[in-house]
Amino acid sequence: MSESEKPVDLKSYIRLCAVVFLVVLCTTSAMIAASFSTHLGTGWTEKVAVILGIAVVNAFLVAGYLMHLLSEKKLIYTVLSFTVFFFIGLFGLTVWAMQDFPVGTVQH
Amino acid sequence: MESNVEQFPPYRPEEPAHAAHDDHGDHGHGHDSHGHEEHHQPGFWQSFIFSTDHKVIGIQYGLTALSFMLFGLFLMLLMRWQIAHPGVPVPVIGPLLEKILGQPAAHGIISPELYNAFGAMHGTIMVFLGVVPLAFAAFGNYVVPLMIGAPDMTFPRINMASFHAFLLGGLVMFTSFFIPGGAAQAGWTSYSPLASTIPTDGQAFWLVGMVLLITSSLLGAVNFIATIIQLRAPGMTWMRMPFFVWAQFVTAFLLLLAFPPLEAAGLMQLMDNVAHTSFFLPTGLAVSGPVGQASGGGSPLLWQHLFWFLGHPEVYVLILPAMGIVGEIIANNTRKPIWGYKSLVYSVFVVGFLSFIVWAHHMYMTGMGQKIATFFQATTMIISIPSVVILTCMFLSLWGGAIRINTPMLFALGFLPMFGIGGLTGLPLGLAASDLYLHDTYYVIAHFHYVVAPGTIFALFAGVYFWFPKMTGRKMNEFWGSVHFWCSFVFMNLVFMPMFAQGIKGMLRRMSDGGVNYSAARVPGVTDTLPGNIMELNSWILYAAICLGLAQIPFIINLFWSIKHGEKVGDNPWEATTLDWQTPTPPPHGNFATEPHVVRGPYDYSLPGAPRDFTPQTERSGPANPQPAPGAH
Amino acid sequence: MEIPYTVKNRPDTGIYNAKVGIWLFLASEVMLFGGLFSAYVMLRVGAPEGLWPHGWLDVRFGTVNTILLALSAITTLLAWAACKVRDFGKFKFFHACTIVLALAFLGIKSYEYHDKWIHYEIQLKDGTIADGHLEEQDDKEVVIHGRIVTDKKDLYDLRAQPDLKLTELHIDRSKIVKMQNYGPWHNTFTAIYFTLTGLHALHILGGTLVIFYLWGPGSKMWKTDPERFTNRIEVSGLFWHFVDLVWIFLFPVLYLT
Repeated sequence: MSESEKPVDLKSYIRLCAVVFLVVLCTTSAMIAASFSTHLGTGWTEKVAVILGIAVVNAFLVAGYLMHLLSEKKLIYTVLSFTVFFFIGLFGLTVWAMQDFPVGTVQH
Repeated sequence: MESNVEQFPPYRPEEPAHAAHDDHGDHGHGHDSHGHEEHHQPGFWQSFIFSTDHKVIGIQYGLTALSFMLFGLFLMLLMRWQIAHPGVPVPVIGPLLEKILGQPAAHGIISPELYNAFGAMHGTIMVFLGVVPLAFAAFGNYVVPLMIGAPDMTFPRINMASFHAFLLGGLVMFTSFFIPGGAAQAGWTSYSPLASTIPTDGQAFWLVGMVLLITSSLLGAVNFIATIIQLRAPGMTWMRMPFFVWAQFVTAFLLLLAFPPLEAAGLMQLMDNVAHTSFFLPTGLAVSGPVGQASGGGSPLLWQHLFWFLGHPEVYVLILPAMGIVGEIIANNTRKPIWGYKSLVYSVFVVGFLSFIVWAHHMYMTGMGQKIATFFQATTMIISIPSVVILTCMFLSLWGGAIRINTPMLFALGFLPMFGIGGLTGLPLGLAASDLYLHDTYYVIAHFHYVVAPGTIFALFAGVYFWFPKMTGRKMNEFWGSVHFWCSFVFMNLVFMPMFAQGIKGMLRRMSDGGVNYSAARVPGVTDTLPGNIMELNSWILYAAICLGLAQIPFIINLFWSIKHGEKVGDNPWEATTLDWQTPTPPPHGNFATEPHVVRGPYDYSLPGAPRDFTPQTERSGPANPQPAPGAH
Repeated sequence: MEIPYTVKNRPDTGIYNAKVGIWLFLASEVMLFGGLFSAYVMLRVGAPEGLWPHGWLDVRFGTVNTILLALSAITTLLAWAACKVRDFGKFKFFHACTIVLALAFLGIKSYEYHDKWIHYEIQLKDGTIADGHLEEQDDKEVVIHGRIVTDKKDLYDLRAQPDLKLTELHIDRSKIVKMQNYGPWHNTFTAIYFTLTGLHALHILGGTLVIFYLWGPGSKMWKTDPERFTNRIEVSGLFWHFVDLVWIFLFPVLYLT
């Protein structure tokens, strides 16, 4: 955005950054707490889900505000949405391929 | 090991044993002068070696890629000899091979290890050092900025960097032949654990080379996409772009998003090879007897998934620019717009999109479950639809056209049925049930060679003959062009058509003895051995391959001879409408003296009421563009 | 003809060239780290029960690193904002902070790597395993600060063993079968840990070098073309934020789960 729509005010940016930083501190603490918590079920599955969920929130903050993705142009969104789709495909299909195999024919 | 304690890293430092690497990286083809006159102000190095001009870079890519393709052809001839006459010394070249390569070519006989090296490198070189750089980087770099009315690529210095990364990667690949142990031998697919257990550093060279090539492609892809988005001339809306530009646009996206997982995987396999990790090595792996020393716990399937996640979009990278070239040439030589421009644009998008979710059709034999096999089978079948749409539009474009036959048109027309055969023979491979039988047989080799060799490469030849006059101001010789075409066409078919029969009869891929050990002659009385007539085809294929190789000689001579002695022509000898033909010849730095303003679509041939049978995109006078300018950019 | 839209926005897309370029590049980087993360998922899901490490990495170091990177992301944004309001002094200050924070991150990471490098697993002839940090070694014996376990599985889940008693152990070399440190070769967890964090660290290093160049010699452009310079700060800032984004996922995945 080399020609901004509105003039940049340094103070408002500092305020925004302070808020984002504080929220990041909170989310990080929440992740650590979740990781060491004994209340999130046995095993790691539930913990992983909660922790990754918080990480996604964290990522959203950094991407949205610090990379000003929330005020970015449609073109960037289009590129990124394709990326996200293929990213999910890579993960999802690979893990599915691992889990789906003929049963009873091979020892696992 | 001298100490009886196995400690890693070792307590007593051992003498590091480094093999001296012969640096035979003397390819130098990027250093060849291009023959056409350049300005005197910038020096030789600035103009030809470290140029940031997209046209120079395009030609650098082109000449380097063609050289690598010639080398790949040569490797193929050596392999076909070994297949037809296993264990027989190679005539003429044999002693030379022995001199250069030493033990693996002892007595001029291609040993199994050497055959495997040739096989792996033939595939790697043809795909990554030949076709992709030529189709995407060479033609794309030269033509795309011209076609959209841009002065250059968006990032000229990154463009130069991407060429040098490519050249460096190519040199690394080439030098791997000369290190002890030889070049990579695990196929162009480099499956683990074989790729980590072959006792040669060639695998590591291959991986380093791949990282460089992938970097080159990524930088190029960023450049192409940014250029097409940002540097279209005023009036060049999205739907007024030539089909070739659309094809390159989608191809760039495929490279951008599909290559990185392979780079990640390559990094991991390199660590397996060099740092003794076990990303892809399973627990309890035994190598030639004793259980290996790696930690185990890895997954060989993981490599396959990550490789084919690129590998499948990669084949669309091979074909889409070719389709783009054929589209341009057909429109030009039928003197009418290509049929179904909108369908073509949507189809390339759908092909590009779907190509990311079909990859495991290369892995049907890995013990996949039914559900996931069905998923990939379905997406594979669906992706054939837009491919057929594209081919059909090309065919339909011929209907009612005033067809001109010249060398580019011959190759473009030849592309159509060849790609048709290649595509149709892919269907039994996409269907899981039939693929169980056909996987890893010569049927697969025949299928993909049909798409790439008489498919893409014909389109690339067409592009060379077509754009040669824009680069040099002279046409290549038509007679020898026809000779090149007809001989290549006949011999391509003679080489690859028999392989379908061999594959269906069960002949497997990558057999260095040409299947002799499975032949009826070697094991008589056993069912389903390879019969004599199938084995005999190996000899015929060898003869056809030699003739195919000889048929390229007129092309090579024609290419260089015509630079100085070809028929002189003007700026637009093919009477084409697109912007690349509205520049001086060869286009100067900055391409256009003033910014072109586009007022019509890319294929205004034979407009009713127009003074000539073609109306360039910048031409204001004459009939208005019959299609109203679309609102979207 | 000059290349247009290097500084001014192209009207229909609303963006200048370098920004398109960097977002495209970042998309490819998402797929690159995605490939590595998918490897992590496959290796972890495919590991036999009880044989995937937990708690091998010090959460305190990871948390400090997370805060350092988050702070550096903020100073990066503020450096760009300072350029937008043409306050060169503040720009210099903020990006100096960015560089210092980045170097601190790398310093802590190097310490963590070193910690793994001197951590040994020693298989003994009597079937037990000595595991700990190497203190000294000579021809006759190896001295580690660690413990002895009888079952290899006890080495994996350190979260389930919060009160470990570690002592100084003297091990005679004649009793050792195999001695290996916790490098990438040790098991698939260390392999993916070193690869993921190593590639990330390379990106941090690269980003630091670029930002340092723009802060130092490259800042000459401020005098001749401040708008173009501001764009460079923005584009390099986007790369830096991406590297922070990757860490936002690396930290929980490797340290907390």
